[in-house]
Amino acid sequence: MSAAGAERDALLSVRDLTVTLPVEGAQRAVLRDVSLDIRAGEAVGLVGESGSGKSMTARAIDRLLPKGAQVEGEIRFDGADVARLTGAALRGYRTKVAMIFQDPRAHVNPVRRIGDFMTESLRTNLGVPAAEASKRAASMLGEVGIADGDRRLRQYPHELSGGMLQRVMIAAALLTGPALLLADEPTTALDVTTQAEVMAILDELRQAHGLAMLFITHDLDLAAAICDRTIVMYAGQIVEERRSELLHSDPLHPYTAALGGARPDIAQKASRLRAIPGRPLSAFEAPAAACAFAPRCAYAQPACTESVPDLAALGGGRSRCLRAADLRGQLEAAHV
Amino acid sequence: MLLASLLIASFVIFGALYLAPGNPISALSGGRALPPASLHVLEQRYHLDQPFFAQYWYWLDNALHGNLGISITLQENVSSVIAARMWTTGALVLYAAIIILIAGIGSGVVAALRPGWADSSVLVSTAVTAALPSFVAAIVLILLFSVKLGWFPALGNGTGFWSSVQHLTLPAIALAISSLAIVSRVTRAAVREEADREHVQTAISRGIPARQLIRRHVLRNAAIPIATVSGITIASLIAVAAVVETAFSLNGLGAYLVQAAESKDLAVVQGISLVLVAAFVLINALVDVLYAVLDPRVALGSRAQ
Amino acid sequence: MSAAVGVPAATAAPAAGRRAGRTGVLGLLRATGAGGMISAVVIAVAIVLAIIGPWIAPYNPDLPNLSLAWVGPVGGHLLGFDFEGRDVLSRLLAGAQSSMIGPLAVVVGAMVLGTLIAVVSAWRQGFTDTVASSGLDILFAFPGILLAVLAAAVFGAGLTAAAVALAIAYMPYVARVLRGAALRERGRPYTAALEVQGVSGTAICLRHIVPNMLPLIVAQATILFGWAMVDLAAISFLGLGVQPPAPNWGVMISENQPGILQGYPLPALAAGVCIVGVVIAFNILGERLFEQAQAVRR
Repeated sequence: MSAAGAERDALLSVRDLTVTLPVEGAQRAVLRDVSLDIRAGEAVGLVGESGSGKSMTARAIDRLLPKGAQVEGEIRFDGADVARLTGAALRGYRTKVAMIFQDPRAHVNPVRRIGDFMTESLRTNLGVPAAEASKRAASMLGEVGIADGDRRLRQYPHELSGGMLQRVMIAAALLTGPALLLADEPTTALDVTTQAEVMAILDELRQAHGLAMLFITHDLDLAAAICDRTIVMYAGQIVEERRSELLHSDPLHPYTAALGGARPDIAQKASRLRAIPGRPLSAFEAPAAACAFAPRCAYAQPACTESVPDLAALGGGRSRCLRAADLRGQLEAAHV
Repeated sequence: MLLASLLIASFVIFGALYLAPGNPISALSGGRALPPASLHVLEQRYHLDQPFFAQYWYWLDNALHGNLGISITLQENVSSVIAARMWTTGALVLYAAIIILIAGIGSGVVAALRPGWADSSVLVSTAVTAALPSFVAAIVLILLFSVKLGWFPALGNGTGFWSSVQHLTLPAIALAISSLAIVSRVTRAAVREEADREHVQTAISRGIPARQLIRRHVLRNAAIPIATVSGITIASLIAVAAVVETAFSLNGLGAYLVQAAESKDLAVVQGISLVLVAAFVLINALVDVLYAVLDPRVALGSRAQ
Repeated sequence: MSAAVGVPAATAAPAAGRRAGRTGVLGLLRATGAGGMISAVVIAVAIVLAIIGPWIAPYNPDLPNLSLAWVGPVGGHLLGFDFEGRDVLSRLLAGAQSSMIGPLAVVVGAMVLGTLIAVVSAWRQGFTDTVASSGLDILFAFPGILLAVLAAAVFGAGLTAAAVALAIAYMPYVARVLRGAALRERGRPYTAALEVQGVSGTAICLRHIVPNMLPLIVAQATILFGWAMVDLAAISFLGLGVQPPAPNWGVMISENQPGILQGYPLPALAAGVCIVGVVIAFNILGERLFEQAQAVRR
């Protein structure tokens, strides 16, 4: 658990967040006891496979959970309890926390112009007059590398490529002057070249505007590249939190080591791709009293299947592995 | 594309003359014995001595200039008969269209946005009314509102504006009722689908207030399929109007078409068919335009079904 | 159902596909739930009545007796008498035949033609498909009732002309719906496997593609029956279909309509209820079957 001092400084503070969703009649857990902090101006990566709960965490923070979701635990932004916000306060919160989504084409209304899309929140929530809002939008388009902003504002989404549309989404997110960016796999739907461009813009702008960011991805290296700290999730729980540069050299959880090792390195020679045996669990499949990763773990011991390990501090990070202290130093060798 | 439809349709209408058993003369005269002078007039008018396509051309040319021939039964110009009765049919279809748009779209939107008893009642009532053919609806309406309650007149046209509206009310409802169900269903489905779309999530995440959200992002987008279905449904009213007009003894184009078909007054049948098909095609063309206006992704003339 | 590599697997798969198509229909019926089953029962009753109606009618449906005109339900006459003094119930039973046979002819005609065009244009694709599709688009301009009225004017009023006209008018719609499904089937791997084996195009279409489309075809036919029934009843109501004094539900409504204004609504209403009841049954069953057909496809 983070120190009480850090809690005071944190812009966003999530404590023991547990979310259940109605699935075929029953409430199933999608997030269990998620706790994390993000300080102002800090970039934190959230990495996991499908079903690990990373997107759900962002949605919980942004209060975008599907109907019927039940939330326990606490989310505090700038000291305020996010779950209790209503009306104008909630709208104000939404101008300070901006979300960037995965598939820009699906997330932008196809029948409205770009200008309308970008300035909608400014005009509605911040009362900025239309002409002024358009001016700001055009200039923000310039910041994300889209020239001829005025013309672009009049275009429709289908006239722009996926990469451009994602930049528009980023620009739109920044217009309301947020303090925190939630980026949910912003480049997954784009091709590799565009990915690199968009990542560069995102990183640059974030630092230029001094924004905090929660960067969600399934790509460990991508997160490590632009985030100072990275959190790894598995089956709805946090299993490791570490400074990004130590993720490969000194991982604290077998899952992180396995993730790192599963990605083929172009400089390496190997005869087989290393895959983690078994398949990733969703949160609601995770056992109630055992380590969720144990069945696939090379280092599992009987104690691992007796209770859910606690997320314990270790070497400047956190790990949800019973044997983390023992295994330090050996995990790196797991991936050649 | 629609122009081609119209052309082919007019060709079929004209060609029906030749499909009839016997020769064209007997078809035009409806099997009646006519004096030689009248026969001669018919031959002249229809250019029956010329090849088929020339005849078609003359007929079409005449039609476009407003000359649709002469009614055997009424001994009048078909065009003037049509002109006299056009307004009744037009008013009836317009009245029914308004009912469909307001009640159909309205109920669909309410059902989509307020799940619960509102939704269930709309679903049930549309399931029942969807199967109600207009002539059955006609007799039920006459029974209930004319005979039992006396609110509306049962038959005839009425004179003067308000009287006409009164006389057209039950027929318009009968005409609208089964189409209403379809429009309501489609509206409900479209609104629900749009409400689930990802771009709505984006708008929510930016704190757009609920009313504005529904108006600008859900309804505006749902308007596309809703407008298309409404347009097609209203276009199909043109044909069914004939049934309603007959049931309520209205002197509209449809009723006259039926009478002419019964008495084999082919010129009238051809003339009215041409007008009705043209109206049908025109409304479809308007729907195409509306679709292109509502959906900027679509080029004119490429309405996806 | 997808073909595997190797000849034995390829020949086994289509056979399995075909079998699935046949048992699938019965299984579909069971899967349509309470609404679907009740509708199926109603339809079955209607079909039975259409066949044996005239024989089980308690009284003579055709003999007029004006002294009994408009008399209400009395004695064994459960629904009273119509405008010419004939027993309404007997007329309804006798009328089931013409009221159901017309739609049957329309559906058979439209489905056969529509399926043919859909499968051929999906199989050949290219030019044939473009021509067929454009042709169909053009035909859409003709509303069914209008074509039937035109046919009545040209060929004389009667059930045959009306049924043929409606079949022609419905065919483009059927072809369009089925063309999509046919294209999907065409794109499935087993068709390529069969072609490679030397099976002819016609055989593939008839023995594999069409049977695999069977759930959709049955669903479409059911819905179509409901529409055809409404349209044909309307045409008979107009006096351009079945001619009086032959018993027919649509005709009965128009014949007995004056009774409503005079205070004797029962004959017309009874005929109306019969029509609406059967149409609702076909609509509900058709929709359920449609849902099942979509589910099977996925």
